[in-house]
Amino acid sequence: MQHQLHSSMKKKHEASLQKEPKQTPPSSDQMTIIIARILQVGVMVSAAILLLGVILLPIRPGGLTQHRLQSFPTTLLQIWSGITTLHPQAFIALGIILLIATPVLRVAASIVAFGLERDFRYVVITIIVLLILVISFGLGMGGR
Amino acid sequence: MHLSILLLFLLFGGAVIAGVVGALAGLGGGVLIVPLLTLVFHAPIEYAVGTSIVAVIATSSGAAAAYVKDRLTNLRIGMFLEIGTTIGAVCGALLAGILPANLLFILFGIILLISLLPLIFKLGEELPQGVKNDRLATLLNLSGSYPDQNLGREVSYQVTRTPLGLGMMYVAGLISGLLGIGSGTFKVLAMDTVMRLPMKVSTTTSNFMIGVTAAASAGIYFSRGDIPPLLAAPVALGVLLGALLGARLLVQMSNKRLRLLFLPLMGIIALEMLLRGFGITGL
Repeated sequence: MQHQLHSSMKKKHEASLQKEPKQTPPSSDQMTIIIARILQVGVMVSAAILLLGVILLPIRPGGLTQHRLQSFPTTLLQIWSGITTLHPQAFIALGIILLIATPVLRVAASIVAFGLERDFRYVVITIIVLLILVISFGLGMGGR
Repeated sequence: MHLSILLLFLLFGGAVIAGVVGALAGLGGGVLIVPLLTLVFHAPIEYAVGTSIVAVIATSSGAAAAYVKDRLTNLRIGMFLEIGTTIGAVCGALLAGILPANLLFILFGIILLISLLPLIFKLGEELPQGVKNDRLATLLNLSGSYPDQNLGREVSYQVTRTPLGLGMMYVAGLISGLLGIGSGTFKVLAMDTVMRLPMKVSTTTSNFMIGVTAAASAGIYFSRGDIPPLLAAPVALGVLLGALLGARLLVQMSNKRLRLLFLPLMGIIALEMLLRGFGITGL
């Protein structure tokens, strides 16, 4: 970090915006590839589970009724018990949870990545973002 | 709403079209989901918003992966500003639980109309000149560089008015959480016009931020029971496919003219939402 701070200070004194050496440290290139991969895999896995749930809908009883539109699992416990009984909506809910978790996972991976760069200021910033995300899940509990 | 297999297919098909049009119009794949679900399928707006926010995460995660790889995204700026967008999104989602439905319709119409402005007027600069880091930007090491393919060289940039940018990001997050949209327009506005980042950096960083912002409000919508799986599954899958198709089509067509082509359609949808908010239905 000391090095990066130094280079940004130096930059401040250079009036022009032109020709600067690359600032990205080598380790961060690898990290961005990992982060990009997390996003891709997360979307693909959740899409597959959503699709599985949709396929189960006409097969499993009670899937497509008016009542089902408004009654569905919203907690991890309900989802889990639904999965064990092959409840279609439980699979879809799981897919939705994974979809929501994908960007959260990306943030968690960024903590590690900034840590590897020894950029501790950003480790703290990223932990703050992660905390907000985690807290948000609890805030909706109890319904409207 | 009547529920049948046919309805699921119609939802899926509608979401594919919404995804394609949203992407081609340059407003993101998720922006038309709320109008689709409320105006066409007559779903309650809280279900529509909850479903839409899931669709936004799906499209943005799919797209963001590509942007990170070409080093246009500034991960530091994105992460720092996400403090503002996520807090805003949480506030927006909580507020949406209290506000009356017709007010949400009106707000949606207004925000959609505002989002159309950058498609007509060019905001910000491609390569801003004479920008100096403010104190916070220096402290947080926000300045950076990216390889510009058109110019064939590395372009360095600095960042200004960071606190104001963070404040605007809170507003962008609030809008996203309240209405179930990515609110990319407002994120770009904050980075581009306020913090004066190069256009390419602000648009890609904005795309990168949308998913995390949406996740903050999606958690609330989910646990509140406002994301019905029977709507979310066909819509998320449809919009994902639609956005992919849209992005593919965009590469083949010049997009400036194309965006203007969709402008009247977007305007009509915004007006329909407004009218619905004022209790006037059917046109």
